[in-house]
Amino acid sequence: MSCRETKDLLNAYVDGELDSAGSLGVENHIKGCASCLADVENLHALASAIHNGALRFNAPKTLKRNVETAIRKANPEAKPAYFNWRWATAFASIVLIVAATWTITTQRAASSQQTQFVNEIISSHVRSLMANHITDVASSDSHTVKPWFSGKLDYSPPATDLTDRGFRLVGGRLDYIGGRSVAAVVYQRSQHFINLFVWPSSTGPAADGEGEMTRQGYNLIHWSKSGMNYWLVSELNLAELNDCARLLKE
Amino acid sequence: MLEQNELKTFNDAVLPHLDAAYNLARWLTGNDQDAEDVVQEASLRAFKYWKGFSGRDARPWFLAIVRNTFYSWLRQRSTQPAVTVDGELEEIDDGFPNPERALLQNADRHLLQAALEDLPVEFREAIVLRELEELSYKEIADIASVPIGTIMSRLARARKRLQIYLTNAATRNLP
Repeated sequence: MSCRETKDLLNAYVDGELDSAGSLGVENHIKGCASCLADVENLHALASAIHNGALRFNAPKTLKRNVETAIRKANPEAKPAYFNWRWATAFASIVLIVAATWTITTQRAASSQQTQFVNEIISSHVRSLMANHITDVASSDSHTVKPWFSGKLDYSPPATDLTDRGFRLVGGRLDYIGGRSVAAVVYQRSQHFINLFVWPSSTGPAADGEGEMTRQGYNLIHWSKSGMNYWLVSELNLAELNDCARLLKE
Repeated sequence: MLEQNELKTFNDAVLPHLDAAYNLARWLTGNDQDAEDVVQEASLRAFKYWKGFSGRDARPWFLAIVRNTFYSWLRQRSTQPAVTVDGELEEIDDGFPNPERALLQNADRHLLQAALEDLPVEFREAIVLRELEELSYKEIADIASVPIGTIMSRLARARKRLQIYLTNAATRNLP
């Protein structure tokens, strides 16, 4: 693929809108082309700036009520749908306050050691995307991915297939974080890749219980369960990443 | 009874997308009051067309109505015909120095908002639908009633413009 052809496809490539042949063509080209690679990196940088820029405008609280009133007035034969606004608003505020407090507390607790560790997780995630080396074993079948790890690690990470729940299992990879080999299980949601890093709590870097955070445009969610530490990282939005975490915890 | 059910299914399927609708309208109109008016008008239209809607996902359908409402609103208040920008910008695409990645990454909300507001409206809606609403090219093309290729090129040009805007802004601020 020529440089000119590639440049025309870079936006679609970054947006995950190319078919696999097209993606492959672009990836092969950018391996040997510093200019196109720089373009891709700039597109990623711009996208993450926009995502982190809190650029969404939130609808005013009164909008929904106004819309419902307007529809009722214009259609007097239709009866109002029952909904208690006051309680819904109060409940939403409480949820928001709890969430905000919790986020602040979690962020304050982060030590510099953890920061370094988080950076390592993010680097691994970015490296896996940039180097086109997202998986060592590519399979959407958990019965292929799970045994693949067993020969390479002294523990067995879960590799649950969540395809029918909206998170496609892409495969697995060995990675190196905090001074030890860890399992990376890879999922995909629309065009976003999700890395799940797993290692036993006793032997690896400390994961400091449960939490979520946003760093450098990436969202991270971590928890510990049955003696294992789990770290999810992706550029996917936090709400959907939380869905993924919830399914994995099931 | 029929209308009552209809109102309920409409409220359940469409009103959860009021935030998305408002976000789009706010980016298109540029101010709160007009955005609210556009969303309200669009909701009335949507309820009117609701019987005819048979799709699965009400969000792109509703956003298309918001967009069309915006353009009718724009036509009403302006005597100037809408400018089509596709085909422009080719000349500045080449030869512009590569923006610095750190600079793009560190752009703050204020600057990004200014950069987005500076975009022609067709580019702005493509970026908002893609980056903020995370719709696919196909969905955006359906909403804007143009071929997918046009969306691809609008996004490419819009992003180029944003990069240029952010780079220029940062250069201006240098001591």
